[in-house]
Amino acid sequence: MILIKCPYCGERDHSEFSYGGDASIIYPSLDAPQEEWVKAIFFRENIKGIQKETWQHINGCRMWLEVERSTITHEITSIKPCHKNLQKVIDN
Amino acid sequence: MTKFNAWNVFKNGLNGQTGWSRQWRDPEPKSSYDAVIVGGGLHGLATAYYLAKHHNMHNIAVLEKGWIGGGNAGRNTTIVRSNYMMPGNREFYEHTLQLWENLSHDLNYNVMFSQRAHVVLIHSPGALDAYARRYNTMKLTGSDGELWSLEKLKKKIPHLNYDNGRFPILGAIVQPRAGNARHDSAVWGYARAADSLGVDILQNCEVTGITRKNGSIESLQTTRGNIKGKKIGFAVAGHTSVLWQMAELGNLPIESHKLQAFVTEAVKPLLDCVLIFGPGGAAHFYISQSDKGSMVFGGELDWYKSYAQRGNLPTVKENGECAMAIMPCLGKLRLLRHWAGVMDMSMDGSFFMCKTPLDNLYLNAGWNYGGFKASPASGWYFADLIANERPHKVIENHNLERFEKGINLDERGIGPDPKMHG
Repeated sequence: MILIKCPYCGERDHSEFSYGGDASIIYPSLDAPQEEWVKAIFFRENIKGIQKETWQHINGCRMWLEVERSTITHEITSIKPCHKNLQKVIDN
Repeated sequence: MTKFNAWNVFKNGLNGQTGWSRQWRDPEPKSSYDAVIVGGGLHGLATAYYLAKHHNMHNIAVLEKGWIGGGNAGRNTTIVRSNYMMPGNREFYEHTLQLWENLSHDLNYNVMFSQRAHVVLIHSPGALDAYARRYNTMKLTGSDGELWSLEKLKKKIPHLNYDNGRFPILGAIVQPRAGNARHDSAVWGYARAADSLGVDILQNCEVTGITRKNGSIESLQTTRGNIKGKKIGFAVAGHTSVLWQMAELGNLPIESHKLQAFVTEAVKPLLDCVLIFGPGGAAHFYISQSDKGSMVFGGELDWYKSYAQRGNLPTVKENGECAMAIMPCLGKLRLLRHWAGVMDMSMDGSFFMCKTPLDNLYLNAGWNYGGFKASPASGWYFADLIANERPHKVIENHNLERFEKGINLDERGIGPDPKMHG
């Protein structure tokens, strides 16, 4: 079991969460050339190592989290809310 | 190599089994080959075999970082079927099933292919319609399919839980020619047959670096020295992205996920087919019984990206629940072992077999859940691609450009989310 320390709820089993996917993808502007959209939607770095990804605490606070996790050991090195303003609220 | 036949079995029975030769050699790597296949799993070994057998290439090496068959070839649930619907996939998987049907004779090695039928339980009228359409489409390219009524299903498999209120069983859609094969036998059979045609199988030979020159690969650095190849094929499911980036080729439409499988202690004959529970919304669970008597089963991915070849507990629980939902008689069985393999999950659930931006490099990747059954045809078409330097018509859309062309070979209609293509 991976333990995920939700910034809102505390440490919980990963079975409470839903895996989002690669959080490093930056979607291009709506009028960007097709190649940029193809790259953003279909192509992945697929890192073997620490990657940035999203998880949603669906059986808890339902908030989306940005997590840095190793795809080799599953060790989590950083967790923060996806929404930047919410991070500020927590920091305060 | 001593051939397996009745006479040799008889003769060696009399002389204390001393007349058998090694199954395959353990050669030292040469500095260069006409073709180098990276990956000594079923796909790599099959590719080398068909290159030697059909395309008259004999100076071939298969590079394997561990031991052959120690990766996903030894981490699957050994199911062989051809119930695919998309153009290209349909012809490809029917071809693979036909190759399996004759594989033991072809390789002179018993791969224990047992056509015991693949039985998919149907739980809703919508699923029934969708599967009827799929199996009718399959018939267009020569695959077989049958629709079983509830009465017939009850007669064939009486000990299922037919009293499931949430997911009632309405009937089943069946492919009688599908079944199981013995995974190790397939690996050893291909290795032995390829070796006898001159292929060097190099184990403990991991590619650690790739040198490029003028738009092609000049040499591969390995743990057993530098190896050059006039033509190079990648067949390393799970770690394709790692190798691709080692060749400085950027990103692929692939994510690596892990898929678990489970084996119980052995019991007397209990299930004489491959049984699938839950498609069409209920669950995703497949179970069969090995020749030793163990119940072999699996289900969904672990849902998060991973290169670790070990599974996590929520998935164990989910599979256990599925087993109990459909065959409550399994409740007292203990799990002997479970493991995970790393899958190339692609963006549309279909594989890649294509030329690459580098002149002498060919790609075989993205097998999702379909790798084991696919291996004979995978080797057949990949050898054809490498030898003739053009994709066969059947795999003409199985390339990396299909997404920008709008050709999604998406059997489930899920969209570009690799973890959903189970």
